Amino acid sequence: MIELQINGETRQLDIEPEMPLLWALRNELRLVGTKFGCGIAACGACTVHVNGQAVRSCVTPVSAVQNTQITTIEGLSASGLTPVQQAWIAHQIPQCGYCQSGMIMAVSALLDSNPNPDEQAVASSISNVCRCGTYPRISKAIAELIATRPATPFVDATVETNV
Amino acid sequence: MNISRRRFLLGAAVAGGGLLLGYASTRPSRQSIVNRDFAQQGQAFLTTWLRIDPDNIVTVIVPHSEMGQGVLTSLPMMAADELDADWANVRVEQAPATDLYANGVLVKGFAASLGFTAPAFLNRTMDFVTLKAAEILNMQITGGSSSVRFTGELGMRAAGAAAREMLVKAAAEQWDVPASEITTRNSRVYHDASSRSLSYGELATAAAQFEPSRTPVLKRPDQFTLMGTSVPRVDIPAKVDGTAMFGIDAMPEGMLYAAVTTSPVFGGQLQSVGNKDAALQQRGVVRIVELADAVAVVADNYWRASKALAMLQPVFTATDADNRNSSDIFADYNAALDNGERNEDVLLGDAELALANAAEVISANYRVPFLAHAAMEPMNCTVLFRDGRCEVWTGTQDNLGIRGRVASVAGLDENDVMVHPFYVGGGFGRRLPMSTNTIDQATLIAQQFDVPVQTLWSREEDTRQDYYRPAVSSRFRAGFDSNGTLVAWENAYIGQNEPLEAAHLAYSVPNQKIDYVDSPTHVPFGAWRSVAHSQHTFFLESFTDELAWNRQQDPLQFRLSMLADKPRHARVLREAATRAGWGTPAPEGRARGIALQESFGSIVAEVAEVSLTAEGRVRVEKVTCAIDCGRVVHPDNAASQVESGIIYGLTAALYGQISIEQGRVKESNFHDYEMLRLSESPEIEVVLLESDGASVGGLGEPATPPISAAVSNALYALTGQRVRELPLKNYQFLPPPVERGAVDA
Repeated sequence: MIELQINGETRQLDIEPEMPLLWALRNELRLVGTKFGCGIAACGACTVHVNGQAVRSCVTPVSAVQNTQITTIEGLSASGLTPVQQAWIAHQIPQCGYCQSGMIMAVSALLDSNPNPDEQAVASSISNVCRCGTYPRISKAIAELIATRPATPFVDATVETNV
Repeated sequence: MNISRRRFLLGAAVAGGGLLLGYASTRPSRQSIVNRDFAQQGQAFLTTWLRIDPDNIVTVIVPHSEMGQGVLTSLPMMAADELDADWANVRVEQAPATDLYANGVLVKGFAASLGFTAPAFLNRTMDFVTLKAAEILNMQITGGSSSVRFTGELGMRAAGAAAREMLVKAAAEQWDVPASEITTRNSRVYHDASSRSLSYGELATAAAQFEPSRTPVLKRPDQFTLMGTSVPRVDIPAKVDGTAMFGIDAMPEGMLYAAVTTSPVFGGQLQSVGNKDAALQQRGVVRIVELADAVAVVADNYWRASKALAMLQPVFTATDADNRNSSDIFADYNAALDNGERNEDVLLGDAELALANAAEVISANYRVPFLAHAAMEPMNCTVLFRDGRCEVWTGTQDNLGIRGRVASVAGLDENDVMVHPFYVGGGFGRRLPMSTNTIDQATLIAQQFDVPVQTLWSREEDTRQDYYRPAVSSRFRAGFDSNGTLVAWENAYIGQNEPLEAAHLAYSVPNQKIDYVDSPTHVPFGAWRSVAHSQHTFFLESFTDELAWNRQQDPLQFRLSMLADKPRHARVLREAATRAGWGTPAPEGRARGIALQESFGSIVAEVAEVSLTAEGRVRVEKVTCAIDCGRVVHPDNAASQVESGIIYGLTAALYGQISIEQGRVKESNFHDYEMLRLSESPEIEVVLLESDGASVGGLGEPATPPISAAVSNALYALTGQRVRELPLKNYQFLPPPVERGAVDA
């Protein structure tokens, strides 16, 4: 059995240790907010938080994330929309929306660990692919989030404490 | 803008065609059918697209797919505005895939505006000449940048206006007052003289007794309350918290997953499959399904299916294309352009004579490669066969078209197929109903089960089994007379264009000869955002730039000098140039290029400002875009569509290349079919322009075509190196700029 802590809940799964976390989430736990895009960690659509860090779940075997706190997009806003999600609405960012779960998870993890990233840090951390080209709006939203430094945490404190 | 008589009559005629309004010629009318089949207790449909509940909630039913273009917001805005509905109490639903919601307005809009030629986005895979009108009308298609300009302008507005008239009529009867004394606002009907008012919900049932007018009176733009405003998009909240459901997220009870390998060489057939026993013994594997050109593993988890699929050793039959490479295809193109039969596209004056007499002739050859769509949601389709019926869960640009396709593949009656609509994780033309290889496979695989099966393609399969934007070669000759006036334009290119006008010149040149030559390949092709405009605007606007530099004229002024009879084109060029600082020196190490194109009813000019990295790679710093789309329905969403179109085209210009090697696609995933990322995304400024009296133009595609030429032209201004072949990743540019002289942009 594989035991995972997902969005604050303990889940027991009878699955292979090498199964990528993405497919455990989507097919076994039916948490489909996390998306499949490429399968080789090249697009970021599958980004989740593991102990608050952005991780591409399509290449992360479940055996590697036992005894960690995993947060998916479904858990991110367990106690209301986070500042990043609110900024995504304010800037009317998503178009098709398929990449945005991963995008929001990546930006949330970055701003949580580094409230004032420079352009270089943003560029190297946020390498997610968006085919609708929402990048100009994402850049504006990130800049605004850095400038305004919201008091509300970027990740759900109830889920990602003590990591 | 006043509704022109022609446009209004067209709208009325479309409405009178029996789809929306004016059902006098058919009994029972569509409106009465939807009331019978879809209305719950107390609800009333005033037209097929508008339902009003007793609690005064107005629901707009949208017969298009939401794939990021904002159609679930823009179309309801148009109906609600004409209806004088209270936007806070308007709800939106996606139309079910039934004949009642077939989108005849869309097709008729194309037919009327294009002289009854095929819709551009339907591409060459369908022969419209042989299609019966009834089949054409049986569509729910989302493409051709058409939702707002056809369904919205010709359908939704008329539906809202007609429903408003019915509500007014019902109130007039109830109060026994003249309809002319009744006003409407915020989903209520008012009779000010007697201080009476009723909600639409209270009147809906009475209003539904009337037939919708064939000729509802539409608002003038100065009467709009919603159109022209940027209300928040209705689909966005679900797209920030993970609750938006895409086709891939369908989870019908008992679903299995299929992973597929299709013949990597297009046209190859499955000959044998080795190592089946071992694959079947893997955990979770249920069955191996062999199709004519593919093999699938069906398992209880997609990862298990993929792992077992990788163990199989499929052998595919040899084909004539097994040794074909991209270089062979381009060699064929050259041979066809040298010796092939010319088909006339444009013939104006006598270009051959003008070239023979020209003081100077300039020629250049251009080409672009095949491109894949690479929508973020990999191709997928979930199908269940049970009790002689079939259910389909998928994200598509045409739910009704997919219903027909699945019925045809499965040998079922269309009425026994139900398609569940979903958000579409990127369309770009890939999910049009003539590009159905995934849908066909999913149908054939699921037919062997009595539980739902989701066929999901890997990114590799998605990249290698696409319907590609065609590779095209294009040759130009231009002639100047002794006064330096451009008097002759000769162009020959590969393959007939969709839309037909993609290679037509905006500029006034007295002698033109434009031909196409056929040179078929074995590579499947389809509609790719902006269709043939994406290739030909690169060709046309790069070559035009060459001519300007040859004449030592400013590229902007050179274009303007040939646009005396096209004020809207001249205006977008000037506006983009002014906003971009054209004519002032670019910052150190940068240069600007400009390009222009009209497509899908909108006119677009883009100025790109570029620099070079230390490694001699291009970096696009800023793009300034001016677009005249006639009238803007939703400014913020319009800007976002333009930004999107630019990034999509820029990604192709910088990186886009599908190479054929040994008959198959070499690229496989995002590491070798590269995508623009946030760090490379330029600053984009969008200027939205309106033109009084002009039809509403499209927005989903028109911003894509000019960007490749704008960037290439800027690179020429910076380096003196002319790009005649994409993508730009294949070039290393040399930083020292050549002497730039008086035409420094």
